[in-house]
Amino acid sequence: MENSRDPAAPLLEVRGISKSFGAVRALQEVDFTLRAGEIHALLGENGAGKSTLIKVVTGVFPRDAGVVRLGGEEVAPRSAKAALGAGIATVYQEVNLLPNLSVAQNLFLDRQPMRFGIVRDGEMRRRARALLADFGLDIDVAAPLGNYSVAIQHVTAIARAVDLSARVLILDEPTASLDRHEVEILFRIMRQLAGRGIGIVFVSHFLDQVYEISDRITVLRNGRLVGERETASLPRLELIRMMLGRELAETTSARASAGEHKPREVCASFENYGKTGYVTPFNLELRHGEVVGLAGLLGSGRTETARLVFGAERADRGQARVEGAAVRLHSPRDGVRHGFGYCPEERKTDGIVAELSVRENIVLALQAKRGLHRPLSRREQDEIARRYVRMLDIRPADPERSVGLLSGGNQQKVLLARWLATSPRLLVLDEPTRGIDVGAHAEIIRLIRELCDDGLSLLVISSELDEIVTYSDRVVVLRDRAHVEALAGEAIDVGNILAAIAADGAAPAHGAHA
Amino acid sequence: MTALLPRRGLAQILALIVILAVDRVVSPQFFDLRLQDGRLFGSLIDVLNRGTPVALLSLGMVLVIATRGIDLSVGAVMAICGAIAASLADSHGLPIVLAAALGAGLVCGLWNGFLVAVLGMQPIVGTLILMVAGRGIAQLITEGRIVTFSSPDLVWLGNGSVLGLPVPVVIALGMLIITGAVVRGSALGLLIEATGGNARASELAGVGTRAMILAVYVWCSVCAALAGVIAAADIMGADANNAGLWLELDAILAVVIGGTSLFGGRFSLVLAVLGALIIQTMNTGILLSGYPPEFNLLVKAVVVLAVLLLQSPKFSGLAGIAARLRRTKA
Repeated sequence: MENSRDPAAPLLEVRGISKSFGAVRALQEVDFTLRAGEIHALLGENGAGKSTLIKVVTGVFPRDAGVVRLGGEEVAPRSAKAALGAGIATVYQEVNLLPNLSVAQNLFLDRQPMRFGIVRDGEMRRRARALLADFGLDIDVAAPLGNYSVAIQHVTAIARAVDLSARVLILDEPTASLDRHEVEILFRIMRQLAGRGIGIVFVSHFLDQVYEISDRITVLRNGRLVGERETASLPRLELIRMMLGRELAETTSARASAGEHKPREVCASFENYGKTGYVTPFNLELRHGEVVGLAGLLGSGRTETARLVFGAERADRGQARVEGAAVRLHSPRDGVRHGFGYCPEERKTDGIVAELSVRENIVLALQAKRGLHRPLSRREQDEIARRYVRMLDIRPADPERSVGLLSGGNQQKVLLARWLATSPRLLVLDEPTRGIDVGAHAEIIRLIRELCDDGLSLLVISSELDEIVTYSDRVVVLRDRAHVEALAGEAIDVGNILAAIAADGAAPAHGAHA
Repeated sequence: MTALLPRRGLAQILALIVILAVDRVVSPQFFDLRLQDGRLFGSLIDVLNRGTPVALLSLGMVLVIATRGIDLSVGAVMAICGAIAASLADSHGLPIVLAAALGAGLVCGLWNGFLVAVLGMQPIVGTLILMVAGRGIAQLITEGRIVTFSSPDLVWLGNGSVLGLPVPVVIALGMLIITGAVVRGSALGLLIEATGGNARASELAGVGTRAMILAVYVWCSVCAALAGVIAAADIMGADANNAGLWLELDAILAVVIGGTSLFGGRFSLVLAVLGALIIQTMNTGILLSGYPPEFNLLVKAVVVLAVLLLQSPKFSGLAGIAARLRRTKA
């Protein structure tokens, strides 16, 4: 990796950027520096603020505070198009080109070579071929873009961006849907572009790739800048700590309360449970009055485990038991019937029914469980809604308000209420505190502990390791879609979890760079 | 926000009143009713009677649309079931005729529901299949002819009266009450609205979304079957080519005028039926006015646009902005 570039004048300088969505502070005084000719990885878990930062810099979102300088000059693009005009191009994971048009038309969209008001197709194709040849691609540019692989579509998008005289190229998860060979093609092109002096921002959650391609790494967490490091001098464990952990010392003390308890009765158990290509078979025991935390990086199989446990995804091997009896979990309905509840990570798409009222959202799962012929009367619904609005302090305390109008934290509470109303034995919570303002955050953590003290069994996913450490009685660590470590009692601390996440499989790749 | 709630239905009622007033102007006898042989006659009764098929269709259609679907096949289902009823009318008793026609409707609904709920086809494509094939099936049943019948039982269904009201109107009213009782009396209404509002979330909450979707398509086709039987009874014959032709569009229109969004979610049975009546009041008014019926289509379009604009929050927003602009200019 070449690091011998002139560090004098940064190409893109972002200083003190802040951005809030309602009460949620998505970015707080974030700095970011991109030098000419460098490949700079922008890392962080879901919700860390990577996308927001990109969208603020490229003018998709207006910013609340801060400055952006490009080549020393302050820029404030009002739209992605204006940013492109200024020389900042973005290629998203979902390529936003037109698959039904030809490759050449996509490359020269909006700026086709014309003569007498007529597009010069031959000229356009010739230039398209020349342009792609620079990237080592020799394809039929007259064929529709949609006929080609995602990798070639990406290269086309990059070629278009670069040809529009981009000085800064932002690649948002470009490798997520590419195979190993395609990733190599992309990396070769990225190095070539960096060699020409273009600054590249590389967003990815594949750490191996980050170590392979990037010169420098900036880590965001919860909308704040954690730090900027040289890739070559940053050990992988340290990187993961930057992404997930906070201070080690302060968290160990917080655990004292969740100390030893008598062995509890098993609520649900999963033996050799798994699904091919989804999650490697695992063993998991969930006990009454116990919180099991699932820790791991994005894409490590946490959500997949949760969906299998609840029945949202069908396992193709293994045996699930509820209170000792063998059961089949083939659908969410099965899960609900056995007394499971699941609050998904994507509240808006998988959780709430935005148009319906708080009351209707709260009674939905209970009503589905009771069946069509046993409707809850309006009075029962009102009573249930009022009880949970009070108990969870849902605001505004108006059960008839559309749930889509509530803040993220209150929507999360509505979802919790939906499941609590079914008197579940097991609750699966996927990132229950994501995108929630600080006050509601603490409340939800307190609730998790309280529910557990009431004898509920909880399976909780979180990227916040100190959070997991605070409430978990046991922690299962996942890596590469497999359960790799189980921690209990005294062994639960952020350091041990980080070590398990970063262990073996990752070590050789890291060794190559250290 | 709370001020919006009582406004639900206001746009439709206002529209109906305005159209009735216009009808009164073009035809001074519009509100006249007279009793003859124990049956009421008059333009208002005509509106109700003529509006019955679309009102019945809209009862099923509103549920389908609430699940974020659409059923284009209802016109064709009317033709099939009308043809079946007409073919059997003179050789079988009314119960068998009805059972056969409604049974055929049930099968049509299961077919649509299977395509949409089980195979996951887009509703507009899935129901297009039966829309096209259904008319062919109806023609096969009638063997390409207009099948006429004289069974007094079936004729009574189209032209008889109960307590002074035409039988079709009583049937439509009955269906509205039955549908309302089933949908709002059970948990079906909530679960349909949840399915239409967010199918993924509803499924994860344990709602049997497939069963919901299947059920609404079945009910929609059964309503269409009944409408088909009434339409055949009305003209004492079945015309496979023209029975129910384009009525699926009127039914969709009635639902939309009734304020149910094509994106699913909240629905109102009563307002959908009111939408059907609005359409029919317009049709009748134009017929009475002596203008050529071609005008009907244009006037319909204008009224629909007006009702939709009245309902649209964006429009009230635009009106607000326009008012502010005028103020700043002044």
